[in-house]
Amino acid sequence: MSVLASIDLQTLGDAFGLGAIYALMAVGIGLVFGVLRLVNFAYGQLIMAGAYTLAYTSGWPVAASIVSCFAVVVALSLAMDRVVFRPLRSSSPAVMLVTTFAIAFLLQAVALIIDLRDGQLGEVASSIAPLNQAVSVGGVDVRKVTFVAVGVALGALIALALVLTRTTIGLHTRAAASDFRTARLLGVRANRVIAFAVVVSGLLAGAVAVLLTVQNPFVQPDFALEDTIIVLVGVVVGGIDRLWTATLGGFAIGFVSVLVNAALPTDQTVFLPSVVYALVIVVLLLRPAGLFAWGRRAAMERV
Amino acid sequence: MPEAAALELDGVEVRYGSVSAVRDLTLRVGKGEIVGLIGPNGAGKSTTLNAIMGLQPAHRGEIKLNGQALRRRSVESIARAGIALVPEGRRIFGDFTVEENLRLGLAARRRTYIGDPFGPAFELFPILSEFRGRQAGALSGGQQQQLAIGRALVSRPDLLLLDEPSLGLAPLAVDGIFKAFTEIREVGTTILLVEQRAQRTVALANRTHVLVGGELRMTLGPADADDTEKIIAAYLAS
Repeated sequence: MSVLASIDLQTLGDAFGLGAIYALMAVGIGLVFGVLRLVNFAYGQLIMAGAYTLAYTSGWPVAASIVSCFAVVVALSLAMDRVVFRPLRSSSPAVMLVTTFAIAFLLQAVALIIDLRDGQLGEVASSIAPLNQAVSVGGVDVRKVTFVAVGVALGALIALALVLTRTTIGLHTRAAASDFRTARLLGVRANRVIAFAVVVSGLLAGAVAVLLTVQNPFVQPDFALEDTIIVLVGVVVGGIDRLWTATLGGFAIGFVSVLVNAALPTDQTVFLPSVVYALVIVVLLLRPAGLFAWGRRAAMERV
Repeated sequence: MPEAAALELDGVEVRYGSVSAVRDLTLRVGKGEIVGLIGPNGAGKSTTLNAIMGLQPAHRGEIKLNGQALRRRSVESIARAGIALVPEGRRIFGDFTVEENLRLGLAARRRTYIGDPFGPAFELFPILSEFRGRQAGALSGGQQQQLAIGRALVSRPDLLLLDEPSLGLAPLAVDGIFKAFTEIREVGTTILLVEQRAQRTVALANRTHVLVGGELRMTLGPADADDTEKIIAAYLAS
């Protein structure tokens, strides 16, 4: 059976949907990496916190529930920067990376303690689940959340692109991502640029929390953990050095994951990560600077 | 006699680990003066500029702008206090347009002025106005240096620090920027100029200090510009 034969329109829809969600996560991770040179492994726990917020506010009106999700994620994102990243800003990238591992596990442990108060592991976010229902488009069943995910991703990316290219804070952020020292030399306020990146990154994590919770309303402490690892891989494959290559990398790995999943025989989907990571290794061997880094100097040349 | 000091350094010491790159450096730059800083490689010239700018912490001593202490302040707050550094290697944003580079220079502006915010750059270097929509990385070396100086000037600094601005430029471009320094001084901006072109610097500056091994060895005036032997002797003094 050929791979192509297994791809129907429904699978393609799912692929775009997951690709869109992963693209949003990639932007959130890439934006913070740009200004802090920090790979935030704890990004998934921001999403997890948002998902728990949605679960615990299931009884509220949907809008209020979503707003509180965003509020919690952005507040946690800012707190992470203030309490952990800022004191470590001049540390080596290795120290910062390992620190984000520690934060990730700490937040998971905290989530576990909160979750287990009712004696059961996991909470259900039921209020936004109806978005997971399918609508029929030309005879093909597509889940509503797919349209929402693609729409939100496109809207968020366009809005962010406009902010980055048209506003002063956007210009300052791009300058800081390109050469932080020179940007500060010109009077660009480091703390303000970093806070901007952290808040936008938090808003994106909030959006992802809503979209992922729709598809998987059963929230556990390891919610979004695997997605984060896959996106981090996608970001590196795409080229973490630039925001748009990182975004494309995130989209590509989400898209490909769904296709590979569809192509694998049902009893062998456990091999999905193996196949995806094998593809990643091949890509990195052929294009070490990133899949989309055409004509750019390699990411590692930059210190 | 020189007017009130714009910049004062008093007993400044800068260390890299246990090595002193600059030792007991005392100098003053009067308002509206050009002061030169020359010396062999590794003499501590760039380190001095970086210490003033807050890029490299000074271990000891006082650094003052218009009587205001600068030590231990952040780089961006020093920029916003009225000092602009044109760094070695220009450090323009090559992927950005000329105008975006200039807009970045506005970050340190202390207040808004009437008229074109890029006026100080365009008046001095009209080519920047013509090329404002171009990618900065596509400019020639001389034009990039003009952009780096223009970007520093749009913040309307009291003091302009220049780190080897003529490095790697064609002779004609060097003439252009040295002429620009005179014009910058004429509008009242104070300049501290670090250069390798000793003779030209001595001729241009109100005073030129020779830095050797992190210490001030000699001070030369414009009259010494033609005295090649004296300049060489200053470099070799140890």
